[in-house]
Amino acid sequence: MMFIPHSDAERDEMLAAIGIQSMDDLFEAIPKRYRFPKINLHEGMTEIEASAQLKEIAEADLSVEDVSCFLGAGAYHHYIPAVIDNLISRGEFYTAYTPYQPEISQGTLQGIFEYQSLIARLTGMEAANASHYDGATACAEAGILAYHQFRGKRKKILISPGLHPHYAAVMQTYLENFDGVHIEIPEFKSLDSVTPQNLADLIDEETAMVMVQYPDFFGQLFDYSEFAEIVHAKGALFCMSVNPIALGLLKTPGEMGADIVVGEGQPLGIPLSLGGPYLGLFAAKKDLIRKVSGRIVGETVDNRGQKAYVLTLTAREQHIRREKATSNICSNQGLNALTAAIYLSLLGKKGLQDVARLCYDKAHYAAERISKIPGFHVLNSTPFFHEFAVACPAPVSEINEHLLHHGILGGLDLSRMIPSLQNVMLIAVTELNSKEAIDDFCRILSGDENDDES
Amino acid sequence: MMMNREQKTILELSSEGRNGFRFPKSDVKAAELPNDLMRETLPLPELSEMDVVRHYTRLSALNYSVDTGFYPLGSCTMKYNPKICEKAARFSGFSQLHPLQPVETVQGALLILYEMQEILQEISGFHAASLTPAAGAHGEFSGVKMIAAYHNQRNNSRRKVMLIPDSAHGTNPASSVMCGFRVQPVNTNERGNIDLKSLAAYCNDELAGIMITNPNTLGLFDENLVEAIDMVHQAGGLVYGDGANMNALLGIAKPAELGFDVMHFNLHKTFATPHGGGGPGAGAVCCTERLRDFLPGPIAAVIEPATDELPPLYGWKMPEKSIGQVGSFWGHFDVIVKAYTYCLMLGRDGLKRVAEFATLNANYLMSALKDVYPLPYDRICMHEFVLDVKWPDAPDVRALDVAKRLMDYDFHPPTNYFPLIVHEALMIEPTETENKQTLDLFIEAMRSIAKEAHEQPELLHDAPVNTPFGRMDEVKAAKDLKITE
Repeated sequence: MMFIPHSDAERDEMLAAIGIQSMDDLFEAIPKRYRFPKINLHEGMTEIEASAQLKEIAEADLSVEDVSCFLGAGAYHHYIPAVIDNLISRGEFYTAYTPYQPEISQGTLQGIFEYQSLIARLTGMEAANASHYDGATACAEAGILAYHQFRGKRKKILISPGLHPHYAAVMQTYLENFDGVHIEIPEFKSLDSVTPQNLADLIDEETAMVMVQYPDFFGQLFDYSEFAEIVHAKGALFCMSVNPIALGLLKTPGEMGADIVVGEGQPLGIPLSLGGPYLGLFAAKKDLIRKVSGRIVGETVDNRGQKAYVLTLTAREQHIRREKATSNICSNQGLNALTAAIYLSLLGKKGLQDVARLCYDKAHYAAERISKIPGFHVLNSTPFFHEFAVACPAPVSEINEHLLHHGILGGLDLSRMIPSLQNVMLIAVTELNSKEAIDDFCRILSGDENDDES
Repeated sequence: MMMNREQKTILELSSEGRNGFRFPKSDVKAAELPNDLMRETLPLPELSEMDVVRHYTRLSALNYSVDTGFYPLGSCTMKYNPKICEKAARFSGFSQLHPLQPVETVQGALLILYEMQEILQEISGFHAASLTPAAGAHGEFSGVKMIAAYHNQRNNSRRKVMLIPDSAHGTNPASSVMCGFRVQPVNTNERGNIDLKSLAAYCNDELAGIMITNPNTLGLFDENLVEAIDMVHQAGGLVYGDGANMNALLGIAKPAELGFDVMHFNLHKTFATPHGGGGPGAGAVCCTERLRDFLPGPIAAVIEPATDELPPLYGWKMPEKSIGQVGSFWGHFDVIVKAYTYCLMLGRDGLKRVAEFATLNANYLMSALKDVYPLPYDRICMHEFVLDVKWPDAPDVRALDVAKRLMDYDFHPPTNYFPLIVHEALMIEPTETENKQTLDLFIEAMRSIAKEAHEQPELLHDAPVNTPFGRMDEVKAAKDLKITE
């Protein structure tokens, strides 16, 4: 039998050692009427059969590697260096458990310590944890932290309409109705109205946390330095959700005065995989660290005097504090955090600057080209990073269907998430979109398909 | 003199001007940058490709893993992770799919999600499933939130008490509090079952529900389970199943038939997906008919039924009264592909054999150790069992010492100090994928350690010595807190 090594003789020997007659005797504690139910599933397969079947299923899907992809909105198609899969495919990493036994888990522990260090440096913050599930749950955990910071006395969490709508939805799931907490999101009116200035008026003494995204959901960039001062003047915490690639170029949340930084780490070498598993980045000012949830690795020494690493501040966690824990999180995204650490180490200072610059330049090239196509209009009027919104002359779903015939995965139909944004496409451009692919994209958009097959 | 196994960090290895990865030159003109928004420095390391490969390869050698040895970590189900599952998840048609692609372009992926929902339902007897939770605790949060939503919808705002047996995982109370419940512990009796008298005291109109791990964390099938569930139902409460121990029940009993209303699965335990040094896992949640509308979403559904010529069209559907979205997108698809592959290969009979041999292995170890290690609950166990390391004639030796000494015999220690109701707990879960020879070596090591404990206890107190690192100064780590550099 697959993955079960026992021979019949060994099984019988073991039964005899236990002192029972048959395998069924192992399950006498289960009331008879519930024991051994009928399971209506197919029979097992060999590896050759399963492999063929899965390959066939996979071939029914359209891989982004086989198209020209302009879809982003929180998940981005970047190049994943060969080194990454090679290293994270080492069984010593991926078949280990949470490093509860530090003497034989230093590989994982040091890897996480390095990840924390790199994320802190990237975001300009003093501290980082070992990860949350994804960008959205990291936002929700920030909200929970803010609730605890004010011991439940401040009940309002103010969210910018520039936060990814899914992240706002997950914050609702986690926090709405939790001990009277309410989430306030100003109604989306137009792209021009999604600014820090318009959010500032809504901060009051009841506000525990203000949450913005940088670059925001529409790609917009703002300097939040003054805004952070306004938030702090009201005594609230300031949280920024970031795109880590953008931070290869941009002023850090730390410099702007953020108290908490969260974000989606998927762009750091993690495959798209239909949306998961991704990586929830979480960094904070040092004085908040004891309220941060999730695992944290710290440096120490062993009894032989060697520098080493352990899980630390565990008194915050569910297995110790139970109902008083800062969160229920147990499993996190360990292997994906390691992936991000390898990605950042491999690209290093220059590589991350380069990839960020490529994304920026190509996105601006695309925006400039698209703005010249009759009927199309780029809505972003402030600086943006690698994503921007375009008003289209027809429903985006129709345009996308047409693009798909030409091997192009168009941008997000924003009406899927924000119903008032009819005929607006959110376009993402990364280092993987060549000039030629951008030109083709623009040509199809403009209705000029003459030399499409050339 | 032992070799120093300390490793420089990736930041210490950095050398100015090195570059491990080159991007192509830009093929478009440089755009104007927003000067006031640029960062001044980017303090990331600078290394060659080989520097990075060698560093992380060396780090990996400091880890113990399932691929390198026996890992009987109770409650964690550290079974072998089949390599075909890894290969399948890396097929471009799975790994390179954008979550927001039109559904017509991801029919293969949706078919897998839909069928995985069906497989979980068939194994558990539940009527509906959502694959969106990212981990066990996340599935737990979702399931408990569904119970809260159910009572709210029936205007039962008085129902605020969640009962949790004292043997439960720490995530249970933490999840309950996140959903606004008050936690009330329920006692375990001398046979390791839920104490029905203790339970009866809380079966009133404030009761929201109970969270039950079955088999429980002592590795025992609760003999009072059906009665306990009945009592909670009679009082108007719902029953949450912590599916962490589902490895013992595959094909043996269906939780929904036992009376559970909602339960999560840990795909990274039961369905052999790797633990990744702490994640990512996946925590599907399943439920009965009366809770299905509350499931977190979206879930995979048939949106256009099959016709004579065409297969069905799969798409996303948000359950009517859903507790909402619990993650950025649709769950840990890559992990689900691995679990699906595992189910394909094992099939109906293979899945049942998993539970049978996991239980056989556990009982084999238990019967070979109980004459030398105190066994607080002595009856046939399921997939794991708990020893209590309390020897009157070796009072200085604790569970921790036995755990640390096991490393010197090249085994990963069992879970220790859990469940909390056994003070010096060693919780041992061998899983079905270990062969008899390995189990025999483990028995030999455990018996030899028991002897050492009585004759040379210092060997245990000083352990481990054959490992790359020795015992850690955990107090220093928390006191001189250094979590980044």
